Amino acid sequence: MEAFLHQVFSGLANGAIYASLALALVMIYQSTHHINFAQGELAMFSTYLAWAMINAGLPYWAAFGLTVVASFFIGLIIERAIVRRVADAPVLTVVVVFIALLVILNSVTGWIFTYTIKVFPSPFPEEPLFGPYISSHEAGVVGVSIFVLVTLFLFFRFTPLGLAMRATAENAVSSRLAGIRTGWMLALGWGIAAAIGAIAGMMVAPIVYLDPNMMSGILLYAIAAALMGGIDSPLGAVIGGLTVGVLENIMGAYVVGTELKLTVALVVIIGVLIFKPTGLFGRSFVTRV
Amino acid sequence: MGGLYVNRTRLILVALVVVLACALPFVLSSYRVFQFNMVLVYAIVLLGLNMLTGFNGQISLGHGAFYAIGAYVAAVLMDHWGVPYWVTVPVAGVICFIAGFLFGLPALRLHGHYLALATFALGISMPQILKYKGLEEWTGGVQGIVILKPEAPFGLNISQDQWLYLFTLIIALVMFWLAWNLLRGRIGRAMVAIRDHPIAAEAMGIDVAAVKTLTFGVSALYAGVGGALGAIVVQFVAPDSFVALVSITFLIGIVIGGLASISGVIYGALFIQFVPNIADEISKAAPWAVYGLFLLAFIFLAPAGIAGFVRALWARLTTGSTRKKRAAQTQET
Amino acid sequence: MKSNHNIKTLILAMFVASVLIGCGEQQTDDQDASVDEIKIGSTNPYSGPASAYGTIGRAESAYFKMINDQGGINGRKINFISLDDGYSPPRTVEQIRKLVEEEEVLFLAGTLGTPTNSAIHKYVNAKGVPHVFVNTGATKWGDPQNFPWTMGFNLSYSNESKIYAQYVLENKPDAKIAILYQNDDYGKDYVHGLKEGLGDKADTMIVAEASYEVTDPTIDSQIISLRASGADTFYNVTTPKFAAQAIRKANDIGWKPLHLLNNVSTSVGTVLEPAGLEKSVGLITALYLKDPVDPQWADDEDMKAYTEWFNKYMPDESIDDAFNVNGYIIASGVARLLEACGDDLTRANIMKQMASIKDLQMPMMLPGITWNTSAEDFFLIESAQLARFDGKEWALFGDVIGN
Repeated sequence: MEAFLHQVFSGLANGAIYASLALALVMIYQSTHHINFAQGELAMFSTYLAWAMINAGLPYWAAFGLTVVASFFIGLIIERAIVRRVADAPVLTVVVVFIALLVILNSVTGWIFTYTIKVFPSPFPEEPLFGPYISSHEAGVVGVSIFVLVTLFLFFRFTPLGLAMRATAENAVSSRLAGIRTGWMLALGWGIAAAIGAIAGMMVAPIVYLDPNMMSGILLYAIAAALMGGIDSPLGAVIGGLTVGVLENIMGAYVVGTELKLTVALVVIIGVLIFKPTGLFGRSFVTRV
Repeated sequence: MGGLYVNRTRLILVALVVVLACALPFVLSSYRVFQFNMVLVYAIVLLGLNMLTGFNGQISLGHGAFYAIGAYVAAVLMDHWGVPYWVTVPVAGVICFIAGFLFGLPALRLHGHYLALATFALGISMPQILKYKGLEEWTGGVQGIVILKPEAPFGLNISQDQWLYLFTLIIALVMFWLAWNLLRGRIGRAMVAIRDHPIAAEAMGIDVAAVKTLTFGVSALYAGVGGALGAIVVQFVAPDSFVALVSITFLIGIVIGGLASISGVIYGALFIQFVPNIADEISKAAPWAVYGLFLLAFIFLAPAGIAGFVRALWARLTTGSTRKKRAAQTQET
Repeated sequence: MKSNHNIKTLILAMFVASVLIGCGEQQTDDQDASVDEIKIGSTNPYSGPASAYGTIGRAESAYFKMINDQGGINGRKINFISLDDGYSPPRTVEQIRKLVEEEEVLFLAGTLGTPTNSAIHKYVNAKGVPHVFVNTGATKWGDPQNFPWTMGFNLSYSNESKIYAQYVLENKPDAKIAILYQNDDYGKDYVHGLKEGLGDKADTMIVAEASYEVTDPTIDSQIISLRASGADTFYNVTTPKFAAQAIRKANDIGWKPLHLLNNVSTSVGTVLEPAGLEKSVGLITALYLKDPVDPQWADDEDMKAYTEWFNKYMPDESIDDAFNVNGYIIASGVARLLEACGDDLTRANIMKQMASIKDLQMPMMLPGITWNTSAEDFFLIESAQLARFDGKEWALFGDVIGN
């Protein structure tokens, strides 16, 4: 029983990692209706920026803040300089652009910082605060994910900017007619997503170590989590992430063994989607002919 | 629907390409022949993927899985039961057709990103399944299977590489011819109608479910035939040959080549075969970065794929008109 | 449908014509070694998920650059062509064919990876191209009867495992062993070796096995399961990132087994420091290379030469990374091989020299761990020495094990 509880808590901790990146994916989706495959590598790159700043002697929180701001602008610039050019292209063309960004970021980071793993500091205390099952940092990751979730919710629900961004994603033409500068809304969406990704990266790195391939595995889980929760729902992303984390651990430890756990976890997720094709918390749309 | 009309110029062009393809193994070194052999293999796979994704609008990020199944069917048949290589190709196709059809059934309920995830999951899981203990007796587990290269038959005095290339070329021509017939016929029109207006298509009396699952099956069949040929050409299969990246590479191939274009898959195959090597020659420190820049450059210069670019160029040359005839086939999927 | 028919006829005609033209043309493979330059081929994953190993290839290239700056070997420059295969077997086949058929390299050295080398194993042996210093620890690279042109470099994974098995049998005969391994050929070779080494006792001694995929973000769940099995000995068969995670996690959840760590992840700078030096105390491994970060070698002559070379030829890379030592030794082994070959630069002579190494102590190898080969023995490194981490350095203990 103790081991079982331990597996569940460890799954929740992993799930919080997936959830934090899934939130960034949902953010981009809400504002552009794309799934950004480069989101993980962008987060990884941001984390390296923070690492370089901390190594240069900056205090943790200063580096944290600067990285979030810098990532916001990197996201903004990528949207304006690259993604904008394929705005009218088919969705698959955009996917290939994302893949190009992914490989470029991965390779350039490895080139600059080498591939050896780096220790990234945690802002949370070393001693466990919540019993033996979960470290303070892991608990902190869960807390930060929930904080980001609530902030996003408030932003989209109660600010005019949030409303304008949602409107742009929903119907760009009408939004433009209503006086919204839709181009900038998309760029803003990218910026915010990159900033959330940076937070995710800085939360993940103390657990998995910082290296150029840090996010490649996590991205898959985050995509699965975001879709399982319903790609347009931040709450769904968090619940999806936690579910995937726990599901995977239980599958690996007790049901099918570690060699097939990923496969089985994916089958279960797809099974859920077949019965609930818009995810657990996603809205269904009525299509017009 | 570029690539589907017949006219005299097009016929001459196709003939020219075929002549060139036939002449290739006799003018190039055997290493180059091997490379072009892989181009043919990729072209077959991309053709299948383009039917599914380009023409029918179902996104697959997991075609590497069907490619893997085809390869393993060929390898296991040859290694365990001594089946001749040429028999394994149709067998691999049939088995992949069944696998694709079965996968297409649940996929019917999934759309857009959800289907992309489901297929991606298939691609991710494939190496794990191939390594699985229970299948080790057949798959060779992590060690994979080494296959012998076939000799040229009928006492033909050509090298193994040349023969394999010609063998692949014959199959590729047949597959292209079949695809061309399929796509410009009734089923092809139904496929496109479903992609563009699923509800309207249903209202017009198209059995959407049947066409979609059938397309999935046929598409997997192409991937399986390609996989079997690829295994025979490379002479080796292992789980590491079929990682998720392979599926992504195939997707890159059809987008760079041109979505919903038959000729596009040849350009796409050339791209995924040769551009990684060019990237490696440019930079040892960060070859992937160079590869990514190539991708961006191609997307920006030819947003409708190389086929679209060529078509526009052709239109300009032949009609003298400056207006690009960008084909409308690149539709949101 | 007439045009269809035309196409078919056309295709058939073209095919027949081309086959007829082609008859009688056969290519031959050139075997000549060039005189003023020696071409050596290699493949490495410079791109893709395994690109962490790319630094090995860059280290090899950097070493040959030094050799060339010093005037080459016997007056000949070395042209080391190392190509990217992305750790994908089909691409390895392609690149090796390019090296052998287009570049016409004299031989291949330091090709990295088990699946990648498996894909070219038959080809290079059929072509009679020396395929030496194969950079993986699989056992199959030492099979001179069937594959006379292939010879591996590393201590084989299975032999390394047997060293641990022997240690456990002697020092902890009632051990309950839990294994964490990477789900691929490398991990499974280690597990297999341990079972062989334990012999009849394997079934009773091994109480738990868990695997991970390289795409797994963490191995926390596996560590928890292994600990719950009640094991008192932990065999850690992981690559650097996961090794660091495993050492830290085991420590954090208060699991204190006899911890055996595979040689792949013994780097002090890139594994133990990230995991925490104090958390790494008591780890046991089998060593055969010197670690550039380990303080016990600070005044060592080999290490000084290594550091000097590194600072001059690889200034942008990280000296912590013990993978570079691997590349350095392979390249110096190749240089040594060419010196031994003298002016007789034929492929046969290369294999002959490769298979007649006697008690050779190479730089950066642990003292007493020598290279030995013969016409029947195609294993270059067959010994290692156990070491225990004391919080600062790997303290060697016991004799050199193996022959």
